[in-house]
Amino acid sequence: MAVLHEVKDPEVPAIDVVELGIIRGASVEGDRVTVTVTPTYSGCPATKVIEQEIEAALHRHGVADVLVKTVFSPPWTTDWIMPEAREKLRAYGIAPPGKAPNGLDLVTLGGPTRAVPCPYCGSSNTALESEFGSTACKSIHSCRNCHQPFEHFKAI
Amino acid sequence: MSPLFEYLLRLGDDRLVLGHRNAEWCGHGPILEEDIAISNIALDLTGQAQLFLELAGKVEGTGRNADQLAYWRDENQFRNLQLLELPRGDFAFTMMRQFLFSAWSHFLLEGLTQSTHEDLKGIAAKALKENRYHFRHASEWVVRLGDGTEESHRRAQAALDQAWPWTGEFFLADDTDRQMAAEGLGVDPSGLKAAWEPVVAGVIARATLTVPTAPMRMAGGRKGRHTEVLGHMLAEMQIVARSHPGASW
Repeated sequence: MAVLHEVKDPEVPAIDVVELGIIRGASVEGDRVTVTVTPTYSGCPATKVIEQEIEAALHRHGVADVLVKTVFSPPWTTDWIMPEAREKLRAYGIAPPGKAPNGLDLVTLGGPTRAVPCPYCGSSNTALESEFGSTACKSIHSCRNCHQPFEHFKAI
Repeated sequence: MSPLFEYLLRLGDDRLVLGHRNAEWCGHGPILEEDIAISNIALDLTGQAQLFLELAGKVEGTGRNADQLAYWRDENQFRNLQLLELPRGDFAFTMMRQFLFSAWSHFLLEGLTQSTHEDLKGIAAKALKENRYHFRHASEWVVRLGDGTEESHRRAQAALDQAWPWTGEFFLADDTDRQMAAEGLGVDPSGLKAAWEPVVAGVIARATLTVPTAPMRMAGGRKGRHTEVLGHMLAEMQIVARSHPGASW
């Protein structure tokens, strides 16, 4: 696990893959190390890079035989992002996700949307600019208090 | 051809073709945020397609992977719904189609999270979460355009009128669907209409649009029968892979 902490999320280098909650298991059997990973989003282009970096990190530590397995169930949720990683995200300028929605019902249209606190000044006087940001996992917001645009790790 | 392979191709091809149509907006979106949003939706759909097609290849067992299924099949081997292959049209049509499809896809994926097939179930659960964002985004645009200016209303109604007759194909079940449902692996789409209709009608009403009464158009996408536009789209989508077989980055 200590080795896996060396592997950063290529799109959010402030946190590593363990903190992101995508490592679902790791085991050693003889000379082979098996790491089980679950993807964040189906189309996340970082998934492949992450797998390669996990292999590379273990090779660096002298493990020759590495198997990275992908599992889909249960699906990843931002609730698995570790508490200390949330603080790192905030410090990096990305507002961390709130609690993931429970139900899988269709989202009610035009319902009240929770204001995301600004990671820079902490103000809740912020506005959603777009539900889709620079990567699949983020949305774009702006702060009306400090006038800083910022990204938010969407709760999913 | 095993029914499960056939069924997975349908799930994969729907998302691959719609994902490609949406990706055509990349660099052409009406505003930067929207350009990014449509491209993100396209990325999700293409990612889902890759997972379903990869699984299809595994089930088929002849060594074909997602790339081979995506790039080396011809149009008569594609199993997508015909609505999804239609040209992207104007922004209103793209959003209207996404809205109608995402609402349907929601109920389909929800059903698939109960599948007895572990991998299929897992992919569906992941896709369902992404689908909620797509539905919300598209339906908000439908309301904004429908209940917007005279011009946006006119375009939104025209988009609805154009797309609506093709939605009949959403609910056509054949032996493959029925067998998948009977075995607990898949969902019979004919059962989804009761849930889909009120959700869609609710948004259309809020958008001050009128549900068309036009009858269903021709169908046959599930059997590999397509409109002439799919071949053109695939030619563009597949040319790089076919011109340089085996190339890698």
